[in-house]
Amino acid sequence: MGVLRGTAWTFGDDVSTDHIAPGRLLHLRSDLSELAKHVMEDADPSFAAAMSRGDFIVGGRNFGLGSSREHAPRIIKIAGVGAVLAQSFARIFFRNAINVGLPLLQCDTSGIDQGDELEVDLESGDVRNVTKDSVVRFVPLPPVMVKILADGGLVGHIKKHGGFDLPEG
Amino acid sequence: MPVTLAEKIIAAHARVDAVVPGQIVVADVDVAIAQDGTGPLAIQQIRELGGGVAAPVVVFFIDHTAPAPRSELANAQATIRAFCRESGATLSDIEMGVCHQRVAESYAKPGDLIIGADSHTCTAGGLGAFATGMGSTDVAVGMTSGKTWLRVPETFRVEVTGAFAPGVSAKDLMLTLIGLLGADGATYKALEFGGSAVAALLVHERLTLANMAVEAGAKAGLFASDEVTKGFLREMGRESDWRPLAADAGAAYERTIAFDTGAIVPMVAAPHTVDNIFAAADKAGTRVDQVSIGTCTNGRLEDLRAAAAILEGRRRAPHTRLIVTPASQAIARAAAREGLLEVFIDAGATVTNPGCGSCFGVHQGILADGEVCVSTANRNFKGRMGNPAAFIYLASPATAAASAVAGEIVDPRQLLPAP
Repeated sequence: MGVLRGTAWTFGDDVSTDHIAPGRLLHLRSDLSELAKHVMEDADPSFAAAMSRGDFIVGGRNFGLGSSREHAPRIIKIAGVGAVLAQSFARIFFRNAINVGLPLLQCDTSGIDQGDELEVDLESGDVRNVTKDSVVRFVPLPPVMVKILADGGLVGHIKKHGGFDLPEG
Repeated sequence: MPVTLAEKIIAAHARVDAVVPGQIVVADVDVAIAQDGTGPLAIQQIRELGGGVAAPVVVFFIDHTAPAPRSELANAQATIRAFCRESGATLSDIEMGVCHQRVAESYAKPGDLIIGADSHTCTAGGLGAFATGMGSTDVAVGMTSGKTWLRVPETFRVEVTGAFAPGVSAKDLMLTLIGLLGADGATYKALEFGGSAVAALLVHERLTLANMAVEAGAKAGLFASDEVTKGFLREMGRESDWRPLAADAGAAYERTIAFDTGAIVPMVAAPHTVDNIFAAADKAGTRVDQVSIGTCTNGRLEDLRAAAAILEGRRRAPHTRLIVTPASQAIARAAAREGLLEVFIDAGATVTNPGCGSCFGVHQGILADGEVCVSTANRNFKGRMGNPAAFIYLASPATAAASAVAGEIVDPRQLLPAP
């Protein structure tokens, strides 16, 4: 936890897991660091080479729709993306990202443009747009997701508690 | 309190009297599946957890790239075969077909809770199961512990009346519904299908509708288990797996959407999102380079019959490739026996082995730059069929077959055989 700083890469609405981790690269799933060199390739072929560690992926509505491939959030994380910010996330992607420890921040991304410098305070819930000198708040994760993330992902959670130990709310 | 189908099944598996939408529960898993694209990572996570398999039914399907088109994928498939041998998990190898069709044929029971490392696991909702897609790690935990966690979804009721006009099918209804809801319009929700027409929908149509629930963002698509379900399970040789199951009268739905199926017309989803919906007639004249008929959405025997009814005595247009992929071995066998495969071959089709075929973009029909495909699959995302410079239209088997004959998108009703 703490403050994340990086540059925004904007992608718009309905970014699918086929954009993030194309099915045609199935043969690279056994080598995720190699697959990570192609992250977001069908949305922006230059992204993987041009981004810097700590940068943010910024989507619109329904980020991560489509296939259940967990490789999608995994390679975003391996590529060094600090967090994904979007207006909303598709259900399976959301679960997968938390399970693998990739921070997802649901917030109003309409004021964020390509290249804006952002500071995300994971404790306070503020997303500061340094370029635009503006702040939006992100929606806190549900308690069940906070717990899984705090335990280092789902495998960590199960190992730590010897099974599920989740809040009901 | 009267409850929806999703609430009823989840409560039973959480071993509580009742659940309410928004509640987090830990639930027993009846069936857990993975495929060759997601299975190796699930196996890695099961090993990380130090476990074997504990869920009552655990199946690994090799269907997405079967037979293996390259060595890396052959190695991944070998990993799956070895794990099944050592763990006792069931293997469905390359000849058997698409996981979701195989689950419907052999594994899903009404009232089951099914999780799968494939987003179209929701297909089994057509048989009255609560079935949902998850990632490899979630499914690995389900396989090795026999449990999963769920947020109880709110339910949208889709109330269906009337009967399909000739040349119109469940795919057209589902594309219409997704166009109405939007690709995220049912995110986190369960879609429960009901109404006077539902009792008349056969299981293959229910499976098509449940299959595409996830394309509106939904967690599951569900049907009651009735005499139609019983008939299907009898046909599959497992009538004893049947039990009646229905939502309670007066259950609370977040939203109700009503359709007169008689008013539905042949539809297409245009590139590159599934909610980009048009009447097929409105896209008529769009030149088509490839037609793909098959997949977990529309590769069933009835789908092949609908395509063959249009292709019989006709040929594909010279510039339009036609690829037909039965969803399972049982379907391929029946299609051969009925003479459907001969109709396809005579129409100039390439008939492939059962499996996911060209849908997944790795083999058996990758598109060239700028090409247009009409596919009976469930996704038309950019890059889906192996090339981000290609264009995919989703349609019913009838529309796909008619478009192969015309060489361009057409409303299939103009090519229907005389009744």
